[in-house]
Amino acid sequence: MGRRFSVFNLVSVALGIAFLYLPIVILVIYSFNASRLVTIWGGWSLRWYAALLDDSALREAATNSLLIAFASATAATVLGTLAALALSRLGRFRGRLPFVAMIYAPLVMPEVITGLSLLLFFVAINLDRGFLTITIAHTTLTLCFVAVLVQSRLAGFDRTLEEAAMDLGCPPLRTFLTVTVPVIAPAIAAGFLLAFSLSLDDLVIASFTTGPGATTLPIRIYSDVRLGVKPEINAVCTIFVAVIALVVIAASILTRRAERRQQISAC
Amino acid sequence: MKARAARNRLSGRWLIAALPYLWLIAFFLVPFLIVLKISLSQTAIAQPPYTPTLDLAAGWEGLKAFLGQLSFSTYGLLLQDDIYLFSYLKSLQIAALSTLALVVIGLPIAYGMARAPARTQAILLVAVILPFWTSFLIRVYAWINILQRDGLLNDALRALGLIDEPVAWLASDTAVYIGIIYSYLPFMVLPLYANFQKLDETLLEAAADLGCPRWKTFFVVTLPLVLPGLAAGALLCFIPIIGEFVIPDLLGSSQTLMIGQTLWTEFFANRDWPVASAIAVVLLVLLVVPIAFYENVQSRQIEER
Repeated sequence: MGRRFSVFNLVSVALGIAFLYLPIVILVIYSFNASRLVTIWGGWSLRWYAALLDDSALREAATNSLLIAFASATAATVLGTLAALALSRLGRFRGRLPFVAMIYAPLVMPEVITGLSLLLFFVAINLDRGFLTITIAHTTLTLCFVAVLVQSRLAGFDRTLEEAAMDLGCPPLRTFLTVTVPVIAPAIAAGFLLAFSLSLDDLVIASFTTGPGATTLPIRIYSDVRLGVKPEINAVCTIFVAVIALVVIAASILTRRAERRQQISAC
Repeated sequence: MKARAARNRLSGRWLIAALPYLWLIAFFLVPFLIVLKISLSQTAIAQPPYTPTLDLAAGWEGLKAFLGQLSFSTYGLLLQDDIYLFSYLKSLQIAALSTLALVVIGLPIAYGMARAPARTQAILLVAVILPFWTSFLIRVYAWINILQRDGLLNDALRALGLIDEPVAWLASDTAVYIGIIYSYLPFMVLPLYANFQKLDETLLEAAADLGCPRWKTFFVVTLPLVLPGLAAGALLCFIPIIGEFVIPDLLGSSQTLMIGQTLWTEFFANRDWPVASAIAVVLLVLLVVPIAFYENVQSRQIEER
């Protein structure tokens, strides 16, 4: 392979990465700023993190967000995996096309439309808005992401393994659990994490479907941000970014290790 | 033998599809029909239930009465006030220009990533995906820190002697474009990178051996080969940018009013649900072509695999 990593390549990648990371790095640095004025550097300090500990409304919003993210990601992982199996294992069943459309459409649908339609639906069926409605909304959106992720893993799957198991008399469910699941497990795990972080991050759909007592972290951050930049928000955002970065890095290391183990055992 | 086994497995298999299928019908399709219905309701009544109501007990006659009462008056309203047309056009303009900018910025980054040594590539891939996992809201907020009047950008430009007076970056078109390009860059780079990586380098060598200049090779050989990735990336950006709410709301001004904001205002501030629904339906109609195109690109890529 005549790959050459030219100066042009190096510069464009370096600039691209710098562009992606500089704003976040600045945000993190300024969260440790001792000065109340956001733009004036007053030395390093943890005072804004200490201030967060006293903010019980913020803690409640964070708890709500985490609970909703966990519940909706769990439901979305189950439903999304089933959808992926249906798409890649059931062949061309009747009603497949609308099914595919319903899985791909939410991925690109503007959030304001999804949010509005779900809210009008909840009003129409007279369901009180709050924790449950946000969870249903997030499940609907994120199950499509899970389905696409798992499906792409299933598409690259050697089906003769399943057939061999079944030819040897292994019942379908057991084949699925002992042959299929271990192979698609990394995709299912990645799907869960993606669903979790999408739910944790969502502002628009949550704003439409929320109700009394179900303020999530993004809704709280958004209402603060509209009033201007505050050092406390920098601190909240830094914690948010740190947690997600840790989870993603851990997940990618685990996947890599799992894949390597699989390669070794396949040899 | 295999056919019989397949038939045995077939019974009960539809159950796999049934659960997600029913879920999507209940929470995706039906809500849309409700939006459609409310957009055709009378605007006069700002509180549910909206007339006409569908009386299922009355059967066929009820359905006919229901259809007879639907009206397009709300859609007429959208034409009367310039603000709706303005924000649709503004959304299209911002989405088109920023998608173009994303292509121009994304191409060299994805190309460079695909040419990096294999070990570096894995790290670069995580590096590009990571911001995508961190909060969208936080990434937009981070720019407020930088772009505000006494923010870092003005400080830096003043230190370099490029400006004397601070520039008002926030609440401008520029800020909205920066915010959008920043937020959507991973969506453009990742599909492009996937295509660049599959690129057969011997084709480029062949072109070079035959005396084709490098810039021409890029346009004649490379670009057509990565076109599926380019199309996927562009659509993956263009479609959601049209309905974008957070970025123009936090970084823009009344001059950058996008349709997502107009819908939001109609719904939350004016409490006019029929108008908000009509805006959503028109927006969806606008998006049908790019969404159908996107599904086409996606399903073709899946077939290939």
